[in-house]
Amino acid sequence: MLRSLAVLAASSLLAGCNMVVMNPSGDIATQQRNLIIVSTALMLLVIVPVIALTFIFARRYRASNPDATYDPDWHHSTQLEVVIWTVPLLIIMALGAITWISTHTLDPFKPLSRLGPNRPIPADTKPLEVQVVALDWKWLFIYPEYGVASVNEMAAPVDRPITFRITSSSVWNTFYVPALAGMIYAMPGMETKLHAVMNKEGTFRGLSAHYSGPGFSRMNFGFRSLPAAGFDEWVAKAKASGTNLNREAYLALEKPSEADPVRFFSSVQAGIYDVILGMCPEPGLMCVTEMHQIDRAGGGGRASEENRKRLDYDNRRLESGTEPSGATFPASGRPPQGSVQPEGMDPRDQTLSRDGVNKPKTEPDQGQGNALPGADRTPAPAQLNTAPPQGR
Amino acid sequence: MFSNIDLQQLVFGRLTLEAIPYHEPILLVTFAAVALGGLALVGAVTWYGQWGYLWREWFTSVDHKKIGIMYIILAIVMLLRGFADAIMMVTQKALSVGEAQGYLPPHHYDQIFTAHGTIMIFFMAMPFVTGVMNYIMPLQIGARDVAFPFLNNFSFWMTAGGAILTMLSLFVGEFARTGWLAYPPLSGAAYSPGVGVDYYIWSLQIAGVGTTLSAINLIATIVKMRAPGMTMMKLPVFCWTTLASNAIIVTIFPVLTATLALLACDRYVGTHFFTNDYGGNSMLYMNLIWIWGHPEVYVLVLPAFGIYSEIVSTFCGKRLFGYTSMVYATAVIALVSWLTWLHHFFTMGAGANVNAFFGITTMIISIPTGAKVFNWLFTMYRGKIRFEGPFIWVMGFIPTFVLGGLTGVLLAVPPADFVLHNSLFLVAHFHNVIIGGVVFGLLAGVQYWFPKAFGFRLDPFWGKVSFWCWLVGFWVVFTPIYALGLMGETRRTQHFDDPSVQPYLMVAAFGAFIIMAGILAFVVQLLVSILRREQLRDLTGDPWGGRTLEWSTSSPPPPYNFAFTPVVHDLDAWWDMKKRGHERPAGGFRPIHMPCNTAMGMTLAALSTVLGFALVWYVWWLAALSLIALIAVSIRHTFNYHTSFYIPAAEVNRLEAQRAAQLVGRV
Repeated sequence: MLRSLAVLAASSLLAGCNMVVMNPSGDIATQQRNLIIVSTALMLLVIVPVIALTFIFARRYRASNPDATYDPDWHHSTQLEVVIWTVPLLIIMALGAITWISTHTLDPFKPLSRLGPNRPIPADTKPLEVQVVALDWKWLFIYPEYGVASVNEMAAPVDRPITFRITSSSVWNTFYVPALAGMIYAMPGMETKLHAVMNKEGTFRGLSAHYSGPGFSRMNFGFRSLPAAGFDEWVAKAKASGTNLNREAYLALEKPSEADPVRFFSSVQAGIYDVILGMCPEPGLMCVTEMHQIDRAGGGGRASEENRKRLDYDNRRLESGTEPSGATFPASGRPPQGSVQPEGMDPRDQTLSRDGVNKPKTEPDQGQGNALPGADRTPAPAQLNTAPPQGR
Repeated sequence: MFSNIDLQQLVFGRLTLEAIPYHEPILLVTFAAVALGGLALVGAVTWYGQWGYLWREWFTSVDHKKIGIMYIILAIVMLLRGFADAIMMVTQKALSVGEAQGYLPPHHYDQIFTAHGTIMIFFMAMPFVTGVMNYIMPLQIGARDVAFPFLNNFSFWMTAGGAILTMLSLFVGEFARTGWLAYPPLSGAAYSPGVGVDYYIWSLQIAGVGTTLSAINLIATIVKMRAPGMTMMKLPVFCWTTLASNAIIVTIFPVLTATLALLACDRYVGTHFFTNDYGGNSMLYMNLIWIWGHPEVYVLVLPAFGIYSEIVSTFCGKRLFGYTSMVYATAVIALVSWLTWLHHFFTMGAGANVNAFFGITTMIISIPTGAKVFNWLFTMYRGKIRFEGPFIWVMGFIPTFVLGGLTGVLLAVPPADFVLHNSLFLVAHFHNVIIGGVVFGLLAGVQYWFPKAFGFRLDPFWGKVSFWCWLVGFWVVFTPIYALGLMGETRRTQHFDDPSVQPYLMVAAFGAFIIMAGILAFVVQLLVSILRREQLRDLTGDPWGGRTLEWSTSSPPPPYNFAFTPVVHDLDAWWDMKKRGHERPAGGFRPIHMPCNTAMGMTLAALSTVLGFALVWYVWWLAALSLIALIAVSIRHTFNYHTSFYIPAAEVNRLEAQRAAQLVGRV
C-alpha cells in the first residue's frame, strides 16, 4: 500500500502534471510565472553556495578529522564581513529593481498594453468588461456590453483584453483564475479591478482563494476561453435562458447556497452592479456611495439619525438563518443561529426582512458527514445543496 | 414560562445544554480521553500526596527557572493539541477529493484550521519561546531572577488562562470558524453569531496581557540586571535576540489588544469599526492585525536564531564569528519587521507604489538574515564540530530555513505573490520557516539546556530518531504542498474537486504521520532519559563545554543561581573564566535576598479566565462579579508587604558545599 502510494506520488510529481501556475495560458500569468523563475534563479545564486558550504564545512571541520585546522579564537575578518553583507545586498538590489518595475507593469488596476510578447493590442479592440460579484458561495458574472449574466461560469473570447470589476456581497473573497492572472480580493461595498487576457482556448478553473465561510471549498467556477464565434454562441445560450436578473432575482440569488450549478440570465436590469457594489439591492437601503457623499459633504448631523436603519447591510444573514451555530448543530437539531441574538447586533428589524427568510430553520441538515472514517456515510452531503430545506 | 426563559438566560446567559457537543463522536472520544487522562493525573498526584509540593514549589513559585519550565510544559501540551488538529486537517484533505467528502463537515473542519493556527502561534510557539527566554536569559546575564518575579508568575498564569479558555471551547460551544486572524466582516456578529469568535477574542486578550507583561519584565531584566562588567556588547547573542524579540512584543501586542478590543466592541456593544454597516472598514482590521502579525514572526524566530548561535558556537568549540554584525543584524531585523506588514495583502489592491515599497522592505530583511546564516557558517569554519544532540538540529535548520527564505522572498515580489498568495504554496512557506526555523530551534534548545535544568542529559539515540523524523517528515509533508500551491490549489479548503491532487495530499498526510513519530520519539526520549537518568547524569554543570554563564553554576542551578554574582571580563564569560583558571569560592557566603512565592498570579489569572468565560456566554452577573473581584484582589495585593526573604548564609553554605563535594567526587 505504502509502496504503491510512493510510486504513484513519484510518478505524478515527475510528470509535473498540472502546475498551472508554472504553465499558464494568459499573458499576465505568464509574466508572473517568469518573475517567479527569475527571482528564484537570482536567489539560488546565494542559496546554493550556502547549503553547499554548510555540508562542506560540517564535513571538513568535524571533530574526528585530525587534518582540519582548529582556530578557536578566529572570530573576525573585515573582508569576509564585507562580502557576507554585500552579496545578499547586491542580490536584493537587483531583485528590488525587478520588483519595482514589475509591480508597476503588472499592476492589476492598469489597463493592458499588449496581448502577449511582441503582440500589441489592435487599435479597434475594446476590452470586454465583466462585472464580478462574489456571493455566498458562488460567483456572479455580469456582461454589461451584452446584457447577460451567468453564475459559476464565465466566458471570454481568446486574445481579447478583459476588464474585471470585482466586488462581493457579504464577506471577503479572492477572485482567482490561476491560468489567466493573479488574484485580487473581492470586498463588500468596495471595488477592485483586474486587467487580463487569455491567449489559449479551453476551460480553466477559477476559484475563491480567500476563506469566506462553510461553502468556500466549493466556490469554484469555470473560465471558458472561446474563439469569437464560440463566445457569441455562449452569449446566445445565455440570452435563450429567459430569466431576467433584476433586484428580486438578485436577492433570491445572493442567499447563501453551496456548489451551485451553472445558471444564465438573458437580461440584466440596468445598473444592478452599481446597486450591488453599493450594498443596497434591497429596497429601502441607502447605497454606500450615497453615504460617502453625505459624509464628504460634512455629514448629515442629527438629521441623519433617520438614515441609520438604511445602513444596516449585514442583518439579513442573521435573519435568514443559514449557518449552523457550532459543532453541535447537525445532530442536535438546534436552530441554526441559536436563540440568542449576538449583543453587538441591532435588534432585528422586521420591517426590512423579506418574507420566508426570517423563520429559523427547525430541522437539521441531514447527513452532514459527521461519521468517523470508515463509518457508513450514505446520506448525500448536505453542503452540496441539492435540496434546500426551505426557501434559502 | 416566559419568566422561566428569562431566568435561565439571567443565570446561564446563552449557555445551554446543547452547547455541549455530546452528539459529535470525535469530540466525545476526545473528551473522554482528556477526562480520563485528567482524572488519572489528578488521581496520581493525590495518591502520591503531591498537591502541596506542586502548589508550593511550582504553581506559586516566582523562580524564573520553574516558571520557564511551566511555560515549556504548557507549550508541549498545546503542541500535542495543535498537532492533533494538523493530523485531522491533512487526513480530511487527503480523504475529501472528488466524490468523497471526508469525515469532517465544513463547520467542524473550519474550527480545526482556526484552532490549529491560533494554538500553534499563541499557545505553542509563544509559551515555548517565552519559557526558554525565561529560563536561560537571567542565568546568562548572571542574575538571580528576573526584574519582577511576581509579574513573571502572573504572566505565565495569564498565558495558561488563555490556553485553558481555548481548550474549553472544544467541549463547551465551539471555536471560531474564521481562520486564525479572524478577518471581519466574517468574524463580525452578523456572519459569526456563535460563541467561537468570542472564545477567540477573550483567550487572546487574556494571554496577550501575560505576553506583554512578560516582555516588559524580560527587557527590564536585561537592561538593569546584567552582571558587573557585562556591557551590552558582551551580552550573549541569545540575550540580544531575547531583548530584540521582547522589544517587538512591547510595541506590537498593544496593537493586537486594541484591534481585538475594537472587534469585541463590534460584537458586543454594536459599534461598527469593521462591519459592512454604517461605513465600517474591514481593510482597517487587515492592516491593524498584520501590524501585529508580521513582527510576531520575528518575535518567534529571533530567539530561535539566538539559540542556534549559542549551539553553533558551543559545539564548534569556537567563539561566534562576527558577534558585532550578529548583534546589528538582529537589531536591523527587529526594526525592519515593523515596516513589512502590508505584504500579507498585496492582493487588496493598494496600488503599485505601496505594494512595491512593502515588497522591497520585506526583501531587505533577508539581508541581515543572510548575514546571520553566513556568520553561523564561518563559526563552523576552523571549528571542531561535535555532532551531538543539539547540533544536528542546526544542520537540519540551515538548509531548511534558507529554502523557506527563498520562497518567502518570492512571495515578497508583489506580482509573483498575486499567483501564490493564499495558496498552499504560502502555507508551505510559512510552515517552512516556522517549523524549520522556530520549532527546530526550540527543540534544539531543549536538547541543549535540558541538562542544565534537570542535571542529566537527554538520551541521544531517541533525540536522533526524533530529529530525523521531524526533518524527513517536514519535507515529505511540505514538498507536495508547495507543488499543490503551484497547481493553483488554495488554503483552508475542506474539499478538492480535482482528483489529480489526491496523490499529493496522500503523501502530505503520510508525512504528517512521520512528524507524529518525531513528536512521539521526543516524548519517548524524555521518558527514557528519566529512567536512565543515573547514566546520563552530569555533575559538572557544564556538560557540553559551554561558553556562557549558565554553565558556570550547578545543574539544576540553586534557587539563587549564583552564590556570588560573577564578574564578566569578556564575551563568552564562562569560557573566559575557564581559560583563566577560575576557582569556585569556597566560603564567605552571605545571606541572599530572594522574592517570596505568591498565589496571587494564579488567583488573578483564574479570575480573568472566569471573566472571559462569562463574557463569551453573556453571563453578565458572573462577568461583573469576576471583574470586581479581579480589581479588588489586585488592590488587596498591593498591601502585601511580605514579598521577599533572605536565604540564610548557612543554607547557601550548605548548598555550595554540597556542590563542591559533587565536583570533587567526580574527579
